[in-house]
Amino acid sequence: MTSTAEPEVGRARLRKEDARLITGRTRWTDNMSLPGMVHLAVLRSTEAHAKIVSIDTSAAKEMPGVIAVLTGDDLDPGGQLGMPCAWPISPDMKSPRRPVLAQGQVNFAGEGVAVVVARSAAEAEDALASIDVEYDELPVVLGMENALAEDAPLVHEELGTNRNALWVFDSGEAGSGGDVEQAISEAEVVVKRRFRQQRLVPAFMEPRSCVVDPTAAQLTMWSATQVPHILKTMAALTLGIPEHKLRVIAPDVGGGFGGKIAVLPEEIMALLVAQKLGKPVKWTESRSESMVAAHHGRDQIQDLTIAARRDGTVTGLKVELLADMGAYLGLVGPGVPILGAFMFNAIYKIPAYHFACTNVFTNTTLTDAYRGAGRPEATFGIERIMDELAAELGMEPLELREKNWIKHEEFPYTTVSTLTYDSGNYEAATEKAKQLFDYDGLRREQRERRERGDPVQLGIGISTFTEMCGLAPSRVLGSLDYGAGGWEHSAIRMLPTGKVEVITGSSAHGQGHETAWSQIVSDQLGIPFEDIEVLHGDTQSSHKGLDTYGSRSLAVGGIAVVKAAEKVVAKAKPLAAHMMECSEDDLEFAGGKFTVRGTDKSTTIQDVAFAAFMAHDLPEGMEPSLDAEAVFDPENFSFPHGTHLCAAEVDTETGRVALRSYVCVDDVGSVVNPLIVEGQIHGGLAQGIAQALFEEAVHDESGTLTSGTFADYLLPSAADLPSFTTDRTETPSTTNPLGVKGVGEAGTIASTPAVVNAVIDAVRHFGVNDIEMPLTPMRVWQAIRTGASAAGGPGAEAGGGLGSIDSAQGGAR
Amino acid sequence: MIPAPFDYVAPSTVDEAVRALVDAGEDAKVIAGGQSLLPVLRMRLAAPTTLVDLGRIAELRGVREDGDALVIGSMTTHYDVQRDPLIGEHAALLARATDTVADPQVRHRGTFGGSIAHADPAGDLLAPALALDAEMLVAGPAGRRTVPAADFFDDFFTTAMSPEEILVEVRVPKHTGWHAHYEKFNRVAQAWSMVAVAATVRTEGGTIAEARVGLTNMASVPVRARGVEQALVGQAATPETIRAAAEHAAEGTNPTVDGNADVEYRQQLARVLTGRAISAAMAG
Ligand SMILES: Cc1cc2nc3c(=O)[nH]c(=O)nc-3n(C[C@H](O)[C@H](O)[C@H](O)COP(=O)(O)OP(=O)(O)OC[C@H]3O[C@@H](n4cnc5c(N)ncnc54)[C@H](O)[C@@H]3O)c2cc1C
Repeated sequence: MTSTAEPEVGRARLRKEDARLITGRTRWTDNMSLPGMVHLAVLRSTEAHAKIVSIDTSAAKEMPGVIAVLTGDDLDPGGQLGMPCAWPISPDMKSPRRPVLAQGQVNFAGEGVAVVVARSAAEAEDALASIDVEYDELPVVLGMENALAEDAPLVHEELGTNRNALWVFDSGEAGSGGDVEQAISEAEVVVKRRFRQQRLVPAFMEPRSCVVDPTAAQLTMWSATQVPHILKTMAALTLGIPEHKLRVIAPDVGGGFGGKIAVLPEEIMALLVAQKLGKPVKWTESRSESMVAAHHGRDQIQDLTIAARRDGTVTGLKVELLADMGAYLGLVGPGVPILGAFMFNAIYKIPAYHFACTNVFTNTTLTDAYRGAGRPEATFGIERIMDELAAELGMEPLELREKNWIKHEEFPYTTVSTLTYDSGNYEAATEKAKQLFDYDGLRREQRERRERGDPVQLGIGISTFTEMCGLAPSRVLGSLDYGAGGWEHSAIRMLPTGKVEVITGSSAHGQGHETAWSQIVSDQLGIPFEDIEVLHGDTQSSHKGLDTYGSRSLAVGGIAVVKAAEKVVAKAKPLAAHMMECSEDDLEFAGGKFTVRGTDKSTTIQDVAFAAFMAHDLPEGMEPSLDAEAVFDPENFSFPHGTHLCAAEVDTETGRVALRSYVCVDDVGSVVNPLIVEGQIHGGLAQGIAQALFEEAVHDESGTLTSGTFADYLLPSAADLPSFTTDRTETPSTTNPLGVKGVGEAGTIASTPAVVNAVIDAVRHFGVNDIEMPLTPMRVWQAIRTGASAAGGPGAEAGGGLGSIDSAQGGAR
Repeated sequence: MIPAPFDYVAPSTVDEAVRALVDAGEDAKVIAGGQSLLPVLRMRLAAPTTLVDLGRIAELRGVREDGDALVIGSMTTHYDVQRDPLIGEHAALLARATDTVADPQVRHRGTFGGSIAHADPAGDLLAPALALDAEMLVAGPAGRRTVPAADFFDDFFTTAMSPEEILVEVRVPKHTGWHAHYEKFNRVAQAWSMVAVAATVRTEGGTIAEARVGLTNMASVPVRARGVEQALVGQAATPETIRAAAEHAAEGTNPTVDGNADVEYRQQLARVLTGRAISAAMAG
């Protein structure tokens, strides 16, 4: 009657997709090879801003193996095509046309200028050097404040401004809180700070790639994308291809972190070239191309003003942002900083709030979503300024937070930025984290080191964060002028042999959907984990979906799976009753069996599926299928939260920061697979810590990316990170049947301010109250020496490594 | 990330290799482990027409004793240098510096001679070679010649070798029983040095009898910290004498400026790291 099997949900299962992903023995886009396939290589602009006087492709066309060399004008003679931006944040937002390949003008170094089609990838690349482009340089617009200055040169002359849009939220106007100016003028204490969110490179492992086959029944594109469904619809709209004639497949994809939420000009280019030539084509970028041409993330200047009473009660928060869009608008780029608007107030009860964001164009690679998208920036701002306020008040920073956070008995709680947090328990997570961290012991050691003037100083950094994830209720997205809904789709196919195919509209690219979805379905249908296959990423099988980003897969897509499974059971029930000659009302379903209540008569769902397949004897009017599908649109976001504590040692002689310990207690609601959660947290922490200490995309004054290799753009390895102590509290979300919240971005969102706060805390007694990220040893050393906030490095050149290779000589001599 | 086309030859003797270089003309290039050259080729920062691969020349590989010196074949890999018992005994400084080079994959392919010939001032094996008074044996169309380390490194990525010459082996005077330490500073674990200090010291009784200190990335070529060496000799190795000697470390250096460090900061690092290198050498 009842199943004795341990539930699958909650088990730390090894991921079923890992063997093929880790060994690489799988289908990546770049290892696809089709009969007659030709290869594309893109010539990229070396100039950040210039008129194109001429492009001479004649010599390149004569190169061995070259089939064609095409420019933007060849692909789009009318200059009509523009890459889509799906998030017009304001009615008067300025949107420049982003051509497939540059036409008339280049606006960032790395923009595509021409494409070579050749028989091999090597021949295509060889021919690039033979294309002769004459540029007429324009003044390069770099730096948001420069871009907004009066008389600044314009990135896009035709827009008449470098200002892309202004987006404002004001709690006084919205009626959700008081007037922030009044709060500031009446405050006992006001702290103002300017923080910089440096520009980052998403640095996914697999470079972007696409293959287009125009000889297939449906025009078919494989792409290393996070968003095959969005790509299909957008490509159809952009090119006027009837949507039913297009099929998009995301095969296994090697990471994305938001960097593959895009409709790429290269994808559109590949579609155009393939159709023009009638041959399959492949484009795969090199790492060097990826660094300059794939969108970047972050890049904000944040001006924060916080108002409080002497006792620590926060009375108002004002946030003024500048956000660098780069040269064009990405698919959701303009909306990324706006996601932060709802998160600056974080876990705190802030009575008055004002947020204003100005998006700015510069002659740089465009920016768009990167792990956390808007929320890490906001969390950084608020958690940093809470520490500054604590210092100003002479208060213990954890006490200041506790004084202002929402108490667990106050949920559900509607914030000043109008979101309703369904659940949470900040006290519990913080208490657990403090214990694991030995908070009091470390504070004692910090005092001792300070007193004896130890050359290695210790600091403690706190980040008590929350985030909104599970993008998203469609109506909320509508109110934000987002160009799509936020539902997700799933379908379940009950196969005749008792096996199950689960189709999901979420598009996994490393997260472990296949394992987690199998666990969910196993519990829902009582089918063994091994008997379940999860299909995703191919618009032919997974015909409906909104893909994976914003920690939405489980909290939205996973719930769609549950809903589809419920429908399967509901469809199976009348047939089971028919098979066992009983009333439906007498049946109960558990552990994969329909049992006639009070008897030992039962039938398995596999038997019912077989009976449905045979269809020899079905109840009157029943269609011969148990298959079902469901679309789930959440009623609310989910709100994971947690307390992250970081202990940093700062070598005051060299400025080097070493993380001594890192403890995080995350509350991601109910957990389907603790191992996957652990993996997401670890990876997230690494990326968030990397923003604090290592990573920065740097342009020189001509707009060239100088951190263009991984020798200059520093990604940490395990050797650079401490051993993390991770733990959880579980406050189930009340807005979905599994009680789950997202976990994909939590580590990244929380960790950056924890690390920076720790470093500042270690050196505050030298008079330091800020250091710009990344906190390089030199910046930290200079801050200690000058006792003030240290600015960036001396030059815009990247240091050491491959960047130091003598380009003229290319090596020795 | 595909190199431009090139011809490839793999001679089996040094003489053949030199002839191949002469025959191929000025656009030929030697390839050893390829760990510095291949990235350059793949990024198309260089496009030599011919690569002369030294990988099949047996005489270039391995370490042997020759009287009061060790002779290290140019094609000896970093991995082999790290583990070679002769180097461990007579030139521990080299082994310790090699430990800090890159990662295991790179150390299995990259070569000692390739690092020396490449002459990247941020490379980790130049300063130890200089500190140990190594001599480079070079073969060219006009025969073989020996160049002391002090005369070998001319500038960034530039050595005393002509394009038709090959580095055959490096002769390192034995420093048997010397304390040694290589103190490297970089922002992430697997990276070239921002600054590093190679220190090796011989003690007699409680005092420092001889000291050799080389600096990585403090100029366009590796430099000797002579002021430090002189300040150490004859002193007891106390924290105070070491600190005082280390204060001389930046004298006469002329480091480059990049995003990671300006001149002042590199000089600070040179002083701090020198003190640490000597202390660690004494402790080891
Ligand atoms: C990811 C990575 C990280 C690295 N990190 C470090 C590090 O931390 N520290 C460090 O010191 N190095 C580092 N390196 C460089 C590494 O040590 C290389 O092995 C070394 O610089 C070159 O040796 P090679 O045998 O690979 O030479 P190659 O790359 O084959 O050649 C380099 C240059 O030297 C010339 N050359 C090579 N051998 C000879 C010879 N016998 N005679 C004449 N000319 C010759 C070549 O023509 C070429 O110009 C790193 C490399 C990589 C890829």
